[in-house]
Amino acid sequence: MMVRLLLILAFLSCSFPSFASVTTQPGELRWGGDTEGGAPYMYQDPDDMNSLVGYEVEIIEAIASHMGMKPIFVQNGWDNLIPGLERRLYDVSIDGLEITPEHQDVVDFSMPYYVTHLQIAVRRDNFDIVELDDCKGRVMGTLKQSYSQYVLETLGDVEIRTYEDEINAYTDLVNGRLDGTLFDAPIALYYGGPMREVKFVGPPIGKIEYGIAVPKDNPELLDLINSAVTSLRDSGKLRSILERWNLWNPMVAEEFHDLGPVKTQPVMYDKWIESHRPSFSLMDRVKRYSSFMPKLGTAALTTMKVSVASMVLAVIFGLMLALVRVFGPAPLSTLSMWYVEIVRGTPVLIQLFFIFYGLPNIGVKLSPFMARVIGLGMNYAAYEAEIYRAGLMSVPVGQMEAALGLGMTRREALRHVVVPQAVRMVLPPVTNDFISLLKDSSLVSVITLVDLTKAYGQIATTYYDYFGTGIIVAAIYFLLGYPFIRLARWTERKMEASFVPDRVRKNRRTGLGLRLF
Amino acid sequence: MEKSSEVLIAVEDLHKRFEDEHVLKGVSITIKEGDLVSIIGPSGCGKSTFLRCLNGLELLDSGRIEIAGVTLSRSSSDQAITRSFLEAAHEMRKEVGIVFQGFNLFPHKTVLENVMLAPMVVKKIPKDEAEGIALRLLDKVGLKDYSNRYPVTLSGGQAQRAAIARSLAMAPKVMLYDEPTSALDPELVGEVLQVMRDLDSEGMTQVVVTHAMHFARDASDYVVFMDQGEIVEVADGDEIFSNPRNDRTRDFLRHLAGVI
Repeated sequence: MMVRLLLILAFLSCSFPSFASVTTQPGELRWGGDTEGGAPYMYQDPDDMNSLVGYEVEIIEAIASHMGMKPIFVQNGWDNLIPGLERRLYDVSIDGLEITPEHQDVVDFSMPYYVTHLQIAVRRDNFDIVELDDCKGRVMGTLKQSYSQYVLETLGDVEIRTYEDEINAYTDLVNGRLDGTLFDAPIALYYGGPMREVKFVGPPIGKIEYGIAVPKDNPELLDLINSAVTSLRDSGKLRSILERWNLWNPMVAEEFHDLGPVKTQPVMYDKWIESHRPSFSLMDRVKRYSSFMPKLGTAALTTMKVSVASMVLAVIFGLMLALVRVFGPAPLSTLSMWYVEIVRGTPVLIQLFFIFYGLPNIGVKLSPFMARVIGLGMNYAAYEAEIYRAGLMSVPVGQMEAALGLGMTRREALRHVVVPQAVRMVLPPVTNDFISLLKDSSLVSVITLVDLTKAYGQIATTYYDYFGTGIIVAAIYFLLGYPFIRLARWTERKMEASFVPDRVRKNRRTGLGLRLF
Repeated sequence: MEKSSEVLIAVEDLHKRFEDEHVLKGVSITIKEGDLVSIIGPSGCGKSTFLRCLNGLELLDSGRIEIAGVTLSRSSSDQAITRSFLEAAHEMRKEVGIVFQGFNLFPHKTVLENVMLAPMVVKKIPKDEAEGIALRLLDKVGLKDYSNRYPVTLSGGQAQRAAIARSLAMAPKVMLYDEPTSALDPELVGEVLQVMRDLDSEGMTQVVVTHAMHFARDASDYVVFMDQGEIVEVADGDEIFSNPRNDRTRDFLRHLAGVI
């Protein structure tokens, strides 16, 4: 049984060859970023869902081309870009990573390729906040675990609301849930800027330097990157990229000692603003949503593969845990009990981080797909084990005795008599768990796989549209789970024959009798 | 029906405790091939435990049980239970069939499948052959027409007869019955007892723990009266009911007289 399971897992993991291996080919520069990071850093091109745009994308591509290497993008959650670098999922990481002492403890940074500041935004009719000090006693929105959060905390007496996504913060600002927002200027420009109800106030706050993160043990690579950045800066290439995105500012000018007049039109910025005009027709909307479908379809397939493989693992491993717990010898039974208690008593996210980022320390490197399947599978196994245990204990002890009395061994009795009855009993709760696993699989989009929820985030940040896309994605989740619900119902009805007397079923069919069964 | 003088079951000084409760306090008995023995006694006297020890569903603490060439023995409860001891218990269960008060049919299988399962799993008999055996046995207990029904649709009497057929499918040398008719409606008791009478006439060795006193009196070769973990009296059915020798037997039967 185990062998078959491993074969299934191996098969599924093979269908993700690009994720199964993290070794870099010569001539390739693998770079990690988060497409959900949004504009202007990196996001899906609204005109072509399969391509990635953003000023950081242009910069890293220019650097790679300068180094004579081929850039290869590797997706990872923003929070995990640095752990992913330590795990060597990619050679370098670029995605608005701030050069801070904390970051420098674990990775090296190139010289800054961009310098910016924080920007306060308020509603157009607000005249109370004109600088940072006015934020005291107000409700301010900002990005979770960012420099701006730190600045607000240092200010004191500010009610801070942290957000995962900038759009939601600006929407809340417009809706009056926030008095103001404090974000990195590029974010403010791209998300607050297009909103008519929002205005920017106050002078630039602080200094933020973005650098390219490189593993600590690779000074040669760092030197190469630095010389590429220097040369792109001196040739004016870097400036022209930043100007295309309307990001050139006095701070960069000073940093680069380049005080000349603007030379390049902000074409990419204009395009962004153009594509985010608030009103468009129903036809546009339909066309836009149908353009998501291939991407959502691929993501749904990933979600499905992860969920099904995890559930297969959970169901088989959970059954073994339950059998050992109920029928195994004392030490193994205790072990099984502790497994269940520890696994369900700790957050699944931490387990996943441990498996994906922790285990490589002891030489166990799993592909993102395998890490997810094993992480979710082992986690759900603990819950399935408890369900099976209830199922096994609900089989009367006389069943085991009758089987043993007929000369069967315990193993034979379990296999032919006890387990089949327990499985029937637990079918509804196990189906329930599968549906919940299908959705929980989104929890683990932190591990470099684009599943349905990740795709939702990417599309929503690109199009500024959490509502419409949200409904579509929710519907897809429902459609993925529904066939399994029907299948479970059908199986239950088939198996009911042996548990419910004829007269009860007939009564139920005619609508007569007590609906007790 | 006594047919031979060959001893099939020999029990010597059998002891069994459940924690501090001393349930069997040195039970010894020999039963010959073809005997039908009824065991009677008050609740909690240890008769069910004794029966379950005979096929290894309960493991004895000390003493010796020998059935059809398979021996289970322990000198004391301190002696570790070895693998060979467990294997002997397993061997014994193959030779000794048991029928329970609550039938314990497998609800997820049809009557036919219930009877076929053990021969296929334990004896590795091919499916066709197992089906043949099962149909013959179901015919014998009068359930041929019920073979494709699920246990939940059977009456108590039918279910108990199916359970007997299921045990017989393993071709046991001994059949044990643990209060086989206690869960049945009175009018269904007869059909089950008739099956046991038929088996007796075919020479099956049977040990029955029962409260059906008329059956014990009329059908058994002899009756064993147990009380407080001991065998108090062994006698012919007529004799034990009409002229019990032991005071405890007399007491028990007097109390019973009001009930039956």
